[in-house]
Amino acid sequence: MTTTQPATAPARASGLAALRRLPVWRRLLTLLALPLILVVIWWVTSDRADSFFYPPLRDILATFGPTWFEGRLTADVVPSLGRLLAGYALAMVIGVGLGTAIGLSSRLRAFLEPVLEFFRAIPPPVMVPILMLFLGIGTGMKIFVIAAGAVWPILLNTVEGVRGVDEVLRDTARTYRLGRLTQLRTLVLRGATPQIVTGARQALSIAIILMVISEMFAAHNGLGFTIVQFQRSFAMPEMWTGIILLGLVGVVLSVLFRIIERPVLFWYHGQRQSHRGGN
Amino acid sequence: MTIRTAAPPSTTTPAARRPRGGTNRALWGTAGVLSLILVLELLPRSGAVDARFLPPFSEIAAALADRITTGEFWTALGDTLVTWAIGFSIALVVGIVLGMVIGSVGILRDATASTIEFLRPIPSVALIPLAVLMLGTGRPGTLLLVVYATFWQVLVQVLYGVQDVDPVARDTARSYRFRFLTTARTVVWPTTLPFAMTGFRLGATVALILTITGELIIGTPGLGRLLAVAQQSGQVSSMYALVIVTGLIGVLVNLGARAVERRVLHWHSSVRRETAS
Repeated sequence: MTTTQPATAPARASGLAALRRLPVWRRLLTLLALPLILVVIWWVTSDRADSFFYPPLRDILATFGPTWFEGRLTADVVPSLGRLLAGYALAMVIGVGLGTAIGLSSRLRAFLEPVLEFFRAIPPPVMVPILMLFLGIGTGMKIFVIAAGAVWPILLNTVEGVRGVDEVLRDTARTYRLGRLTQLRTLVLRGATPQIVTGARQALSIAIILMVISEMFAAHNGLGFTIVQFQRSFAMPEMWTGIILLGLVGVVLSVLFRIIERPVLFWYHGQRQSHRGGN
Repeated sequence: MTIRTAAPPSTTTPAARRPRGGTNRALWGTAGVLSLILVLELLPRSGAVDARFLPPFSEIAAALADRITTGEFWTALGDTLVTWAIGFSIALVVGIVLGMVIGSVGILRDATASTIEFLRPIPSVALIPLAVLMLGTGRPGTLLLVVYATFWQVLVQVLYGVQDVDPVARDTARSYRFRFLTTARTVVWPTTLPFAMTGFRLGATVALILTITGELIIGTPGLGRLLAVAQQSGQVSSMYALVIVTGLIGVLVNLGARAVERRVLHWHSSVRRETAS
């Protein structure tokens, strides 16, 4: 955690940015060609394959609507996403709150570091059976499982971010006798935001995984539960639609995250760019 | 799970920020661990937490001591580590090779960008039902999850790395008509290596998480399945003991991956800076 990472800016990160130099039609072609080819391959091979587990894509798409839009959307998908959101929000509050406290005190940090390293290293899914003891298999358990797994990347990144706040800025704030709350709001949390966002991004994918796993383990409803039900009853096209839907949820949430992240970090990207341009 | 993007430019080196006195720090850390153990012992004993749900630490430790005398435990540990190692290695090799090829060839990079952006956020656990039906509950099923999740970590980092190659160095190599493999080895790889090592470190952890998940949910032999069995038979102390074991493995994997990273990148400025001051 202490090594300086090779900086990987999100803007440059996606190869998509490199496409801007192309004219529009070439850009569309390069964006869509491979996905289209893959879908066509899937369509053709699954149409010919006579495998029970690999139903034709035609059937999968035909069952998608009836499977999900006739009741399951509100009965399974919405509760799943609600729990995901609740657990994630809980993890954010705890992670940023505790992380700021730990980051500001070097003694507390020294005291807690090995303990936190240990908790972070526990693979989050093993917490499901433990939390089931305390909370049964209800909604509370799932929210806590999601929070318990997602909190660590947020917490540890907040600690690092708060620690890394520019010392000159910190001294300046002290010299101007900024109040504690003002310092916290304008200096510490602001300065730590890029790291917190990084942690939040890692936490999101962990939260999605835990949402599914907690439902696969024990549940009455939810996406993970429904998909496993389909699998156990050998309802193949339905199971495939579930997998596709789960994939779409992952993709949509990561796009949403990027949309939210941009205004939060706009000053940071600007700063980086001017740093780079200045050199 | 996702890549650790955008490390903020730090004005002070990490070493300079560290409080002085390593022994003092270790002392505080030990005190922290001991306090945790004490809390775990006292919470159930005082009745603040139901001992049926959280047995005192001494009982957990006794259960752990009991477990490690059984052959079953060591077989499960071995199974877990083997699954982890195989899955991680496959993902690492495929991710690095594909990342180098896709990253070095402009057309490939542009054409795959949208597909990669779409496939990467798909949660690997979505594949569990498929893995069970097509590959069964044995090792291959879990391996599918491990490889899928870990592969993206490595691939994406390698792609960043290849894009980071100095254009002048690349053009120079082209002017001297370096062959593709020579360019890859002498120009692209040294720049990519630090990024690949970040993928290595992140991937090692992700691979462990998915290995244990597969064992827990699918029932592939290993520590995860032992945990599921302990849960079903109500051996609460054993459950906690196994969770502690998985946590310790996680710590070892983290430390090991960081040590490998430091070793491989000893020439790189991010590591040199750390040890210099």
